[in-house]
Amino acid sequence: MTQADIDIQLVAMVTAVACALPGVFLVLRRMAMMSDAISHTVLLGIVLGFFLVGDLNSPLLIVGAAAMGVLTVSLVALLERTRLVKEDAAIGLVFPALFSLAVILISRYAGDVHLDTDAVLTGEIALAPFNRLYIYGYDLGPTGVYLMGVILLLNLLFIVLFYKELKLTTFDAGLAAALGFAPSILHYSLMSLVSITVVGAFDIVGSVLVVALMIAPPATAYLLTDRLPRMIGLSALVGVISAIMGYWIAIAMDASIAGSMAAVAGVLFVLVFLFSPERGMLAIARRRAEQRWLFAQTMLTIHLLNHEGTPEAEQEAQVVHLQEFLRWQPDFAARVVRKAVERQWVIRHNGHLELTASGREHASAAMLQS
Amino acid sequence: MQEQTRYAIQVTDLTVAYREKPVLWDVDMEVPEANLMAIVGPNGAGKTTLLKSILGLMQPAAGQVLIYGKPYQQQRRLVGYVPQRGSVDWDFPTTVLDVVMMGRYGSLGWLKRPGKSERMKAEEALHKVGMGEYANRQISQLSGGQQQRVFLARALVQDAQVYFMDEPFQGVDAVTERAIVTLLQELRSAGKTVVVVHHDLQTVPEYFDWVMLLNVRRIACGPVEKVFTEENLRKAYGGRIGFLRSDQNHHLENMPVEGVAAVETSPTGGTLPAGNR
Repeated sequence: MTQADIDIQLVAMVTAVACALPGVFLVLRRMAMMSDAISHTVLLGIVLGFFLVGDLNSPLLIVGAAAMGVLTVSLVALLERTRLVKEDAAIGLVFPALFSLAVILISRYAGDVHLDTDAVLTGEIALAPFNRLYIYGYDLGPTGVYLMGVILLLNLLFIVLFYKELKLTTFDAGLAAALGFAPSILHYSLMSLVSITVVGAFDIVGSVLVVALMIAPPATAYLLTDRLPRMIGLSALVGVISAIMGYWIAIAMDASIAGSMAAVAGVLFVLVFLFSPERGMLAIARRRAEQRWLFAQTMLTIHLLNHEGTPEAEQEAQVVHLQEFLRWQPDFAARVVRKAVERQWVIRHNGHLELTASGREHASAAMLQS
Repeated sequence: MQEQTRYAIQVTDLTVAYREKPVLWDVDMEVPEANLMAIVGPNGAGKTTLLKSILGLMQPAAGQVLIYGKPYQQQRRLVGYVPQRGSVDWDFPTTVLDVVMMGRYGSLGWLKRPGKSERMKAEEALHKVGMGEYANRQISQLSGGQQQRVFLARALVQDAQVYFMDEPFQGVDAVTERAIVTLLQELRSAGKTVVVVHHDLQTVPEYFDWVMLLNVRRIACGPVEKVFTEENLRKAYGGRIGFLRSDQNHHLENMPVEGVAAVETSPTGGTLPAGNR
């Protein structure tokens, strides 16, 4: 591994974790698409900030971007409150408006400034090792690591300090307000952090792929755990894995680094979506199938119980009759009977089915429940 | 009168409007201490709105709310709130115990973290509502009745004097309903005041001491035996109060309320599962 390899991976990892942390709360608050909006509108904040100070590296640009992020969220909320526009449409109206304003301003007044479309789309993480921080002539590594490191710390500090408040306002904003915690202050603080994170990550992975790093890792973690602290930790982990795997895949394929990072995040999500032990599609399908068989067996025991001791019991308890009365396909009926026998709810007795004691118990319990 | 009775809640001239449309018109409400009170009224009568404006979750256009003689903002610690069960996301990644502990957050205030004593109070409250074994369950695994019990436990740990509950009986099984009623009675015995948005007119006399009939404006408010009369119900719900007598349909609430007159002429049988504001 060369120094450049290490530098780029370091920048990528720090960026991914910085994005994943606020992303957890965006996902839980069902505001994932807001990150897409903010990642575009911050451009207007950067442009306006640039006009004000004339320096692309000024920290004031970040302040402008954060303010624009908050403005985006407020405008969407304002539009929504008129009840003339739904939230998704409000997002779709506000962000292109602000973004297009930024694009017009850049093309008209800042054509010579380095803000090209490629950079906006995918960022320039490959250049990260060339932007280095020097203090007294000492090379302290790529500036990207420090910039994103500070943002990562800021996000982490916010979540650690206000963990309880964030959890409450996210889960039950009504109670939070009644208890005197100001949900809107927390909301706009979170949105400011999202904006700052987006601006920081903008140079590195671009405004479109930053959304992938914010949303895909938390969405993946959400399917893996049902505890919030673990969800936060797993999101960071998925971010790190996406960064490192994405980097090496990009090197192997000689392709865009940011692109393959986002792609890996997407692939990880799909894998978890399918194979997560509790909430994955396969686990759900398997559970449904099991429930279907269990339900059929329960039906069988109830059917037998209802006819137990009646004159027609002998007839009803014959396997062939199940097909007729319960309208079961022969194969299905045979399997249900076999499973019920395995479970020792039913025993075969000269072509008849008889309930065992535990089968009888199960049937009565099932009927009581409903 | 005020000299003799200690009012836990006093609402005067509360008006809440959505734009120019009044949702609550000049509502007064006095609830003496240690009472169970039901707020009943048809759909859209403003029951939830009343609760939310008392709790400062909605901005009233006019009016005053006093909890033990002082504005709500100064008395937050005295007030417990049970929102509608459907108002939160039950897929949220957290445990039953954690949700109950949220009831302690108000006393903890900003930044302070819940510790051992919060955990113990939460466990105790869970036992009280019969959910002790569920402490470490993920909340998405709960049934409707269990969710309601968790919300009640969360209100209990708030250790309030006055409770506001928005439809705690909504969609719960008979066993849970009984359990909730017992709990409410215990709260009353402990000197607490509980205000419940309620649906089932049939059970009002059995469960509650005090009742408010609401339909945008206050129709009546007072002891159940005095104000829960057919005449008042007719005023609140419109002319079709006859079926109060038949046991079939206690959910009068499902009738449209464009106004009392509209209800009287409305041909709708009213079985729509109407949402509540």
